[in-house]
Amino acid sequence: MTGLTELGVAAIRDGVREGEFSAREVAQAYISAVEKARLLNAFVVETPEHALAAADAADAARASGDLKPLSGVPLGIKDLFATRGVQTTAGSRILEGFEPPYESAVSARLFAAGAGMLGKLNMDEFAMGSSNETSGYGAVISPWRRSDGGNAPLAPGGSSGGSAAAVAGRLCPGATGTDTGGSIRQPAAFVGISGIKPTYGRCSRWGIVAFASSLDQAGPMARDVRDCAALLEAMSGFDPRDSTSLDLPVPRWEASLDPDLRGKRVGIPREYRIEGVPDEIGRVWDEGIAWLEDAGATIVDVSLPHTRFALPTYYIIAPAEASSNLARYDGVRYGKRVQPEQGGLTDMYEATRAAGFGAEVKRRIMIGTYVLSAGFYDAYFNRAQKVRSLIARDFADVWESCDLLLTPTAPSAAFALGDKSADPIAMYLNDVFAVPASLAGLPAMSVPAGLDDHGLPLGLQIVGKALDEQGVLDASLALEERAGFTARPEAWW
Amino acid sequence: MVVNGEGDPPVTESSYRIRGATGDWEVVIGLEVHAQVTSKAKLFSGASTEFGGEPNSQVSLVDAAMPGMLPVPNAECIRQAVRTGMALEARINPWSRFDRKNYFYADLPQGYQISQLYHPIVGEGEIEILLDDKDEASAKRIGVERIHLEQDAGKLMHDQHPSFSYVDLNRSGVALMEIVSKPDLRSPEEAGAYIRKLRAILRYVGSCDGNMEQGSMRADVNVSVRRPGDPLGTRTETKNVNSVRFIMAAIEHEASRQVDVLEGGGVIVQETRLWDPDKSETRSLRSKEEAHDYRYFPDPDLLPLELSDAFLEECRASLPELPDA
Repeated sequence: MTGLTELGVAAIRDGVREGEFSAREVAQAYISAVEKARLLNAFVVETPEHALAAADAADAARASGDLKPLSGVPLGIKDLFATRGVQTTAGSRILEGFEPPYESAVSARLFAAGAGMLGKLNMDEFAMGSSNETSGYGAVISPWRRSDGGNAPLAPGGSSGGSAAAVAGRLCPGATGTDTGGSIRQPAAFVGISGIKPTYGRCSRWGIVAFASSLDQAGPMARDVRDCAALLEAMSGFDPRDSTSLDLPVPRWEASLDPDLRGKRVGIPREYRIEGVPDEIGRVWDEGIAWLEDAGATIVDVSLPHTRFALPTYYIIAPAEASSNLARYDGVRYGKRVQPEQGGLTDMYEATRAAGFGAEVKRRIMIGTYVLSAGFYDAYFNRAQKVRSLIARDFADVWESCDLLLTPTAPSAAFALGDKSADPIAMYLNDVFAVPASLAGLPAMSVPAGLDDHGLPLGLQIVGKALDEQGVLDASLALEERAGFTARPEAWW
Repeated sequence: MVVNGEGDPPVTESSYRIRGATGDWEVVIGLEVHAQVTSKAKLFSGASTEFGGEPNSQVSLVDAAMPGMLPVPNAECIRQAVRTGMALEARINPWSRFDRKNYFYADLPQGYQISQLYHPIVGEGEIEILLDDKDEASAKRIGVERIHLEQDAGKLMHDQHPSFSYVDLNRSGVALMEIVSKPDLRSPEEAGAYIRKLRAILRYVGSCDGNMEQGSMRADVNVSVRRPGDPLGTRTETKNVNSVRFIMAAIEHEASRQVDVLEGGGVIVQETRLWDPDKSETRSLRSKEEAHDYRYFPDPDLLPLELSDAFLEECRASLPELPDA
């Protein structure tokens, strides 16, 4: 039944409904694909029993005419989502063995909609990274290889690197991701799949291990726009347990998908043409412009003048929040505890956190602690908050002249593991196009648009107004239809 | 004779003085009262606030700071703080915000206390005290600087194990009002009268049971001394004093200690001190140099608190008649 792993979210759902195959067959096909792909290190924990139980429930529901929106669809769940009774580590050794007695709001919604879980997906530690190399459980290897015969293992992007590799490698039809400053979109672009970060507040953060609370947002990663729409519908919705959750009905995004862009104005922000970006990024961007015109959109030149401040602003605000959010990992109540002989409480804190956190997490805790400290708060954190408002205002202004924005997702294709891990600034630059929409809380999606000279995927990003996920999905679908992106990694694992 | 500036509230001068070897000293006192808000549930979780439960029997996932848990404000705690502010004729801030106060301690599961530094829910108000219960002419108005809401911490238990301390999180996350007076108090008696009057108001309003033995009301006592007419001296803060008698004793002891230091040619260092009720003395806990850098910043898990007119009206309408109001 290996052919079943060719099927995406909507195809599985529809096929189960039509009786073309059973949900159990689908689950078994994917479980076997997961087992065969351990070399990729995409999964931290495999949960075949969970996927099979959900599949059997789906098959029973079909028999009783009781199918739910995602009945029969087995998913990968990023390890940032708390899953009841299943180890949840956020990619960190400090949470090794931690099994939460609760289920995150987003995974609970997916399971209530009939989906099953194939396992927990590897990720950068506490979602801090753009290559998955900061994971406490080893880097994920991208299923892609360069076409020039070089076999250097490639980064799947990050922080949702396990989600990206698993979807691209046909280990699951769809996965959850989270995006704080590009963690859904950049890995999606690196592995040639689709991923959407919805408007901040669409998906409840309850039960998602916090990185930077004012930026963290869950979203789906899948093989195409339709599958993302279907998953996002199930993941979204008001949750009174999250004070920043939006109390709004969830639109029928999938049923309303419409790639006809007549009457839509798409802005091309001139500040996103930055130096040092390979020509092929510009080439794919120009193709995207032509595709959207072909879909009926009017293309307009626009300016987002504060764009160049977005990355430094992000790297003040996100570490500041993280330095506080990660204080709870102290060895007292759960997770790792290192108790030095004869040591007191402070010694336990220091030893536990020194052993439990990796280098990148420590770096960001130190940056965040510094920018919040007495004497520096106004110069860094407060100023960054003001610049964040200016960046948000840039977008508000630009919506006077357009409805959507088209940009590249990332400034390069996937790089080899190890290429950038010694240079944090080079790594941070990966998210230069993704971070502004995060700071403004706007919906943004990456879709595969073409290949670079080495045969590696390149993504395009659509950014929309707050709450206009429909517009983002529609334009992304228009790109997808015209890009005709069918390239996929050969299974070498 | 001290002459008040034009903007200052009229203050009846106190004749209370510490008689030092070199002359008289005036005592200046400010109180930060922590009053546990009367409510069934905690400030940001649904766990019970009942006193005296088995250790760790009233702890939600939020109170234990489990990964991914989020605070949601309890409207009743907000309401109680507003009603308290109204009873003190204080300015109610229809827009306020919660901040995180960051520090590590085993009784603080999140690694931060959610409090209100920059934008408290209640601004300036005042409390009128009578220095002589039977004499209206002895009335003195004491300024209230602000009231803010914050979470209480858990409790460490050091007697359960020979080498480890245990922690009880039942109090973790319970709502406190911190009621901060201006440095308008001038004697232990005035401080005692202030605490008793405040406690009576809280009990009338029903926003705190005022039970100091159970810790539902306790005070941080700020004390400095100066020569009458001089500018304010350097103050010390004595933490967590939990009875009217102890508050008065702590002031008396601390003021005398400061006079001794100053008259001995020393200087008062700004520091945090502890009250030892057994020895009736205060002692140093940590100096300004050792003070934590709390790295306050707005809590990104919470939206600003915006109070509607209807909510404020309901708070006002629900106030009982107040003692000698």
